[in-house]
Amino acid sequence: MAGPSGAPEPALVAPGGAGPRSLLGSPPADLPDPAEAAVWVRDLTRRFSSFEAVRGIRFAVAPGETFGFLGPNGAGKSTTIAMLCTLLRPTSGTALVGGYDVVAARAEVRRRIGLVFQDTTLDDYLTAEENLRFHAELYGLPRRQAAERLDAVLAMVGLADRRRSIVRTFSGGMKRRLEIARGLLHSPRVLFLDEPTVGLDPQTRAHIWEYVDQLRQAEAITMFLTTHYMDEAEHCDRIAIVDQGRIVVMDTPEALKASVGQDRVEIQTADDARAAEALAERFGIQAARGGEGLTFHVAGGESFVPRLFAELPVAIASVRIARPTLDDVFMAYTGRSIRDAEASAGERLGASPWIRARRR
Amino acid sequence: MTELRPPLPPAAVPPGEEVGSPRLAPVAVHVAGGTLREDLRAVRVVWRRELIRFARNRLRIVTSLVQPVLFLFVLGTGLSTLVARGIPGATTTSFRTFMFPGVVAMTVLFTAIFSAVSIVWDREFGFLREMLVAPVRRGALVAGKCLGGATVATVQAVIMLALAGLVGVPYDPLLLLTLVGEMLLAALAITALGTLLASRMAQVESFQVVMQFVVLPLFFLSGALFPLRALPAWLAALTKIDPLAYVVDPMRRAVFAHVHTSPAVRRLFGAAMTWDGWRVPVGVELGLTALLAALFLGAAVAAFSKSD
Repeated sequence: MAGPSGAPEPALVAPGGAGPRSLLGSPPADLPDPAEAAVWVRDLTRRFSSFEAVRGIRFAVAPGETFGFLGPNGAGKSTTIAMLCTLLRPTSGTALVGGYDVVAARAEVRRRIGLVFQDTTLDDYLTAEENLRFHAELYGLPRRQAAERLDAVLAMVGLADRRRSIVRTFSGGMKRRLEIARGLLHSPRVLFLDEPTVGLDPQTRAHIWEYVDQLRQAEAITMFLTTHYMDEAEHCDRIAIVDQGRIVVMDTPEALKASVGQDRVEIQTADDARAAEALAERFGIQAARGGEGLTFHVAGGESFVPRLFAELPVAIASVRIARPTLDDVFMAYTGRSIRDAEASAGERLGASPWIRARRR
Repeated sequence: MTELRPPLPPAAVPPGEEVGSPRLAPVAVHVAGGTLREDLRAVRVVWRRELIRFARNRLRIVTSLVQPVLFLFVLGTGLSTLVARGIPGATTTSFRTFMFPGVVAMTVLFTAIFSAVSIVWDREFGFLREMLVAPVRRGALVAGKCLGGATVATVQAVIMLALAGLVGVPYDPLLLLTLVGEMLLAALAITALGTLLASRMAQVESFQVVMQFVVLPLFFLSGALFPLRALPAWLAALTKIDPLAYVVDPMRRAVFAHVHTSPAVRRLFGAAMTWDGWRVPVGVELGLTALLAALFLGAAVAAFSKSD
């Protein structure tokens, strides 16, 4: 596995994140025109009495983009979502969703967003259909359109045949699917998904991502999601790695991984000694000989393979390319693994911010 | 203000590429924009949800009957022999007749408070968030919740009302209608109070506090279980500031207007609330209850509108 060998590229660090705060007050050269962004956030902070959960983040999400917040529990992901969804007032900073301010124009923001929360917000005593009807009525959808839309979203998440079942009888995965259906019912411009797969088994998680990917393609919907599963962040067009209330780095998953280091390539050949010699000679690569072949690091492993086959004068039996993972990325930018980060964050953040919000 | 979204651009999927489930067609959907009609729809759907939940929880309906039935038939019968002694013309039924409106009021009180405090459960289980992020006025949500809780409490009390015949109260349509009206008003006031309290409650455990410090004192001081006549001064004073006393009294007066009993029984059991010797008219009592209902409702709406 390619370790975080080189120092991170400074160009990738978001100015609102770990960098110096000298940009505060100056025109946001790093942010696009607010009118063109689906989500536009500048220097957003949120403090809970003594604890600062979000410490001045800035980013923008383009319409149609799938944008992910990746970070350990307690990094400020849910607090950020709560502010963007108008459920929590920012301590300072500005956030626009669909072009509207989340504080000054809460109602306008609420009309344009859909939400899938970390924990279920369905009524267990109602049927799937009744939960959706409740939502349709609350959002004032015209009756006929509501009926059509209800059929469509239920079919999409594969719950059409369970529409009259009480939600209490649903599995965790079915409930989450129903929540996604409900979040989409009023055709929001921005869909927020807060840890959409937390607490689900791997198979159901894969299923949920299938729906998300499908949505990405089918509807020109902007998605903002949070996750602390590294592999799931791969489903995003762009991700921001957050830690301790700050954006540490922000880019496409590919670029982030590329920034960390080279791919690791393992090959098995008919003659490892000769192959190693040839690698050094033709490509200037120092390969290590292990028990099962040769291992070496190279940038852009996939595009290197054709050259390898064309130019290596030894028969190749197998090739394996291992990409640096987002785990490596997190480690490279924060200096610790995501698991360590979760352990320390758990102590700081007790109850959910929703309950805190209500106490104010 | 309403808005129709422009249709979204066509799906960016290459033709022929199939995804497992049926595709969701992008559509322009009209979403609520704060008109009165939309708010009324929100009120109605929140109200309906309360009714559906009530109707689905049959066990709760039955369990809620146990306590009032025990009060009425066990405590009522046990005390009746004691009470009936020494009152000319009193029968063993008389005390149960007396207790009946009190026990019906108790049913309204407990059910209404429980319905209102279910907001705390909604918060705990997340459903409150689903409501709070909706593009409707918070007032509409609170109004729906209060009307729903009040309806549920009234329905539960109507089940108790069905037992009237067993305690010597006639099934007179006018009497029943009067009682239902009074119950509905009381239920609305109590649900509004409960909703106001729930806005300050973060945990389900706080329900016990409300039960011990609000509900039980309201109940015991209301005159539901004993006549308000000839009480020691301290107790008489406390009963006069109990809002529930102004609900129990009109209900009891309605009942005693429809039963045949001796003047002695009527004098002790049938009359109650006085202010400095002045018999408070039913209209004033109901007016006070309505005023409280409005105050609590306003405060509850304010409490929920203020929060994030």
